[in-house]
Order: sequence, then structure tokens, then C-alpha cells
Amino acid sequence: MSVVETQHAAKTLMDHLPVLQVVIPLISAPLIVLLGNRKLAFAIAFAASATAFIIASLLLAQVTDGSVISYHIGGWAPPLGIEYRIDALSALVLMLISGIATVVLPYAYTSIKFEIPKRHHTLFYALYMLCLTGLLGMVATGDAFNVFVFLEISSLSTYVLVAMGAKKDARALTAAYDYLIMGTIGATFFVIGLGLLYMATGTLNMADLAGRIADQGANRTVQAAFTFIVVGMSLKAAMYPLHHWLPNAYTYAPSAVTTFLAATATKAAIYVLLRFMFSVFNPAFHFEDWTLYLIFIPFALLAMFAASFVAVFQTNLKRMLAFSSIAQIGYMLLGIAMLNATGLSASIVYLVNHGITKATLFMGTGAMVMYSGSAFFDNLNGLGRKMPLTGAAMVAGGLSLIGVPGTAGFISKWVLVQAAFENGWWIIAVLIMLSSLLAVIYVWRMFEVLYLTAPDEDCTATDPPLPILIPMLILAGACIWFGFDTELTLGSARVAADGLLAGSAGLIVE
Amino acid sequence: MINWDFIVGHLNYWLFIILMMTGLYIVVARGNLVKKIVGLNIFQTSVFMFYISIGKVTGGTAPIYPVNRQGDIEYDPTIIYSNPLPHVLILTAIVVGIATTSLALALIIRIREEYDTIEEEDILRIEREMSAQDNKEHGSAMGGRA
Repeated sequence: MSVVETQHAAKTLMDHLPVLQVVIPLISAPLIVLLGNRKLAFAIAFAASATAFIIASLLLAQVTDGSVISYHIGGWAPPLGIEYRIDALSALVLMLISGIATVVLPYAYTSIKFEIPKRHHTLFYALYMLCLTGLLGMVATGDAFNVFVFLEISSLSTYVLVAMGAKKDARALTAAYDYLIMGTIGATFFVIGLGLLYMATGTLNMADLAGRIADQGANRTVQAAFTFIVVGMSLKAAMYPLHHWLPNAYTYAPSAVTTFLAATATKAAIYVLLRFMFSVFNPAFHFEDWTLYLIFIPFALLAMFAASFVAVFQTNLKRMLAFSSIAQIGYMLLGIAMLNATGLSASIVYLVNHGITKATLFMGTGAMVMYSGSAFFDNLNGLGRKMPLTGAAMVAGGLSLIGVPGTAGFISKWVLVQAAFENGWWIIAVLIMLSSLLAVIYVWRMFEVLYLTAPDEDCTATDPPLPILIPMLILAGACIWFGFDTELTLGSARVAADGLLAGSAGLIVE
Repeated sequence: MINWDFIVGHLNYWLFIILMMTGLYIVVARGNLVKKIVGLNIFQTSVFMFYISIGKVTGGTAPIYPVNRQGDIEYDPTIIYSNPLPHVLILTAIVVGIATTSLALALIIRIREEYDTIEEEDILRIEREMSAQDNKEHGSAMGGRA
């Protein structure tokens, strides 16, 4: 694969886009705190995340041909200086994260009035922007230690955001505490892995790491580093046996936070996992394909069935969707473990489409909870009929979650099944379809409650105000749109998958 | 035959592993939320020790260039310096550790306000009662408890 390097000679604003992507949300956070005005805080946050989204789109437009943008922070050339590296994969994930952040903000503006004490509103926006900074930074950077720094920025702000749900339910606090313990262990494992890598290679730049690991081959230090990094990141990504923090965090966090996290946080972790597994380490190493075959596939399958099965028996809609998220992460990991171009593009498309789908569903749930007071099924009776547009958005999201043709979810599952057939793993393909049936059951339960039960006599619920309705319909529209127009998602994902499979060759520029 | 040179020569790495395991064990085994944080701190500290050990270069001194009376750097190629980069990296991790600890302690204060305890067992018991209550209230509508 030929790599076209955009040489770094930052002259215009366009050349600085990779760093502006991260710096603009970063600066907006202290600005919000210093100004301390609630209305202004929302305006700044929205402007910053919209700018980040525009930048991400511009970056994606530059790299869809498979080229790589390398930005040197402060003009210091890598491997000594810190490098920001944008390729098709990172640009796509950047666009997902900043896009969801922008869409969720107007929704948050209305919904946090019900869920967070008024004096915390400005701080909410500041933390939200810090979390966005961390997630964008994790994806944009090409320096391994930088990933850790941004990971911690996003994690620390996430813990606080989750704990902000305490006004409604005290269990948000213990959920945040559990998440903090698990998240810190995960991040520390990641740092130990980086330390071992530095020991073995003497560098922290990802491209440089890849080159040096390829030169010296596998040794025990590199293997230990791989193990620590994979375990640490799997904790962050809520891979099946390490998912304990997720259900409570998603259930008790304010709905705007849940929406944002469900669509972005675990996805950024999966991105880092992909980046390290394919760009830094090479799947040619036997320890890596064994990890994928012997650990990822069984756990991915377990996630798909066990977590979906648990989801079927939940009485709380938010909790049900949280367990479904764990199951969906199983599909993404399965795509990675297939180790072929189709499987990788399936994972990447899955990551984007599922982000949009889950955001729609959590947003719809949040809108209903504003009227019902809780996300328990018996409080949501017939709300789909009372709130027709919200209900329609939930239907679009639900169908996409199952993978019905004509929705985004279908595309990702279709490519995943294709990848399974490409490897000749027809059993896995059958299992993917069987576990989708479980999704049919729990999504059907949701539809049944929303449409087929009679609403309460004195129910006054109507469709939510426009700041909530518009983002929700945009997301629901995206669920359908990406089911027909796969140019943006699948096209970029294919370029990204090729870049990943080229392995370190995709990173090293002669 | 035990290779004592190897064992003694890697003393700080052994200590790193012992500290790391101690820390993780405390996080898992202790029920008191504050003690868990102590364990987490020991776990993180072990990583600091690991990184600082990486920076060690045999015979190396502090990585500061010698300066003459005029204040100009007099570069001397015979001096061996230890590697400053891991030290710088771990400075970041120390800051992160402090932020995590303070956030965790703040959370514990709020938990204590709400639950009136910081023992995990009691908290779990209270939460079990809360979800049992939830299920009693909302579970029957869905034809059974979750």
C-alpha cells in the first residue's frame, strides 16, 4: 500500500487541524468554569463541539484516500516529539465522537434541568468538554503515552459525570466509585504495558514502536506488554468478563451522560485496542492471533449470548440497553478476531453504527423518563402512543439494534456475517444470527410496552420540546440513512481496515 | 541452581511486583471504601517505582549538563547520564494518581452522606434492598422479577 505523507510544515489554519481538534474543547472547559454563566456555558460548549465536528469532517475528507496526516506538536519531529496522526480510522472515530457530542448537547441543556442540581450546571458543561477532549485526544494522538494521558482526562471527568446522577438515585455514587476503581486498574495496567514496551524498545511513538518491535521480533517483555495493554483496554471497553462497571454506570448516570458515554467512551477504547493490536503490535506474532482466537472469540460469543440473555429479563429500560451494549461490544470484538479485511471493516462500521443507534435509544429513553419519572417498563406504558415522534425514533433505533434491513445495524451485521463466511466460519455466522434473535426479544419487549399497553388515564406526556426532539430525530434519521448510504461509513471503514492490516507498514513512512 | 545475581540484581522489579500484587489484593479483599483507595494507591505507586527503575543507567548520574562559571554548557561526552524520560512520564502518572485519589475520597464522602456507611457489605445490602423494592414495585408488570 502506498502511503502518501502530508509533510508537516504548518503554515495555514488547515495544517493545524489535527491539534485544534483537541485543543478547542480543551480550552473551552476552563473558559466555561471561569465565566461561570449557565447560558454562556452551553453556548461555548456547543460552539466548541460543533467546531470539533467540522474539523473532524474536514480531516476525514483529507484521508479517505488512505493517506495519513502527521502533525508534529510544537514542530518537534517524531519520534522524539509528540505526533498527532490522523488516518481514515481515527478520522472516522473522531467524527463519531465529536458528532455525537454536538448532537447530545442541546438535549443535555434541557434534560439536565430535571436531573442535576442547578448549581452544578456550568460544571457539567466543563466536565463534558473535558471528557470530549480526552476521547478525541485518545483517538488523534500517535504517541503511546499521550493515549494514557487523554484516557485519564476522559475517565476522571466521566466518573464525575456519572456521579452527577446522584440527585435522582444515590446508587449513581456507588456506580461512579466502582467505575473509578475498575477504570483506574485498567488505565494502570495500560501504563505498565507502555512501560514494558518502552523497556523493550526505548521509544513511545507508535510508528517507531511498530518498527522496532517488528525488527527485534517477539520476546517476553513485548508479550507481557501486549497482555497488560489488552487487558487494560478491554476493561475500558467493557469486554464481556470485565464489564462489571458498565450496567450501573449507564443506569444511574443522567440520561445525557449515558447517551454520550454509550455512544463514545467504549468506542474510543475499542479504537485504542485496534490501534495497538494492528498498528503497534503485528497480528503476525503468534501470541497475538492466539489471543484473538482463544480469548476474544469465546468471550465475544459469551457476551453476545449471556449479556443479551440478561437484557431480556431487565425491568428497567436503561439497564436493558446497557446490557445490550455489552452484547454489541461482543460483535465488535468478534469482527476484530476474524483477522481479515472484511472483519475489521465490520468492527469499525459496527462501532460507528452502534454508537448512533445506542445514542438514539438512550436519548429517547431519557425523553420518556422526563415524563414518567423512571425508566422502569411499567412507568413507560403506552408512552409510544402519547409521544409519537419519540416513539418513532425509538422504533428506528430498536430496529437498527436488531439489524433489520434498511437500518444502519443491518449493514454492520451483514458485513460481519460476510467476514465469517470469508473465513469459512459458518458456525459463527449462525451464532451471530441466533444472538440477533435474542435482540429481537428484548427490543420487542420495549415495543410492546411503548405501543401495545394502555397508557395511564391521567398521563399528560407529549413529545418533548424541540431542543430534545431535533437531536433525537437527527440520530434516528442517521440510523436509517446509514442503512442505505454506506459510502461514508463502510467506505471509510474499508480504507481504515486496509490501513490496519497493512500493520506497521501503514504507520511507517519512509 | 539459583541465580542469585539475577534475583538481587532485579530487586526493584521484585519489589514492584510485590507492591503491585499487594495493592491489587487490598482493592479486591478489603470492604472499606477508604482502604480500597489505599490499595489502589499502593498499586499505582508500584508503577511509579517500575518506571523509575527503567530510567536507571549503570553508572549514570543526574541528567543535568555541567555549566561553567559563565553559565555556558560544557558538554562532556565521558559523563553517563541516567534516562530522564521515564521520570518525566511518571510525573504525569503521579498527578493522575493524586487526581484519582481526591476524586475517590470526594465520592466516598458523598456515599457516606447518602448511605451512612463506607463498608461495602452494608452498601451492597442497602442496594439489594433498593432493587428488591424496585422489583416489587415495577417487576410484576413485566410478569416476574428480574
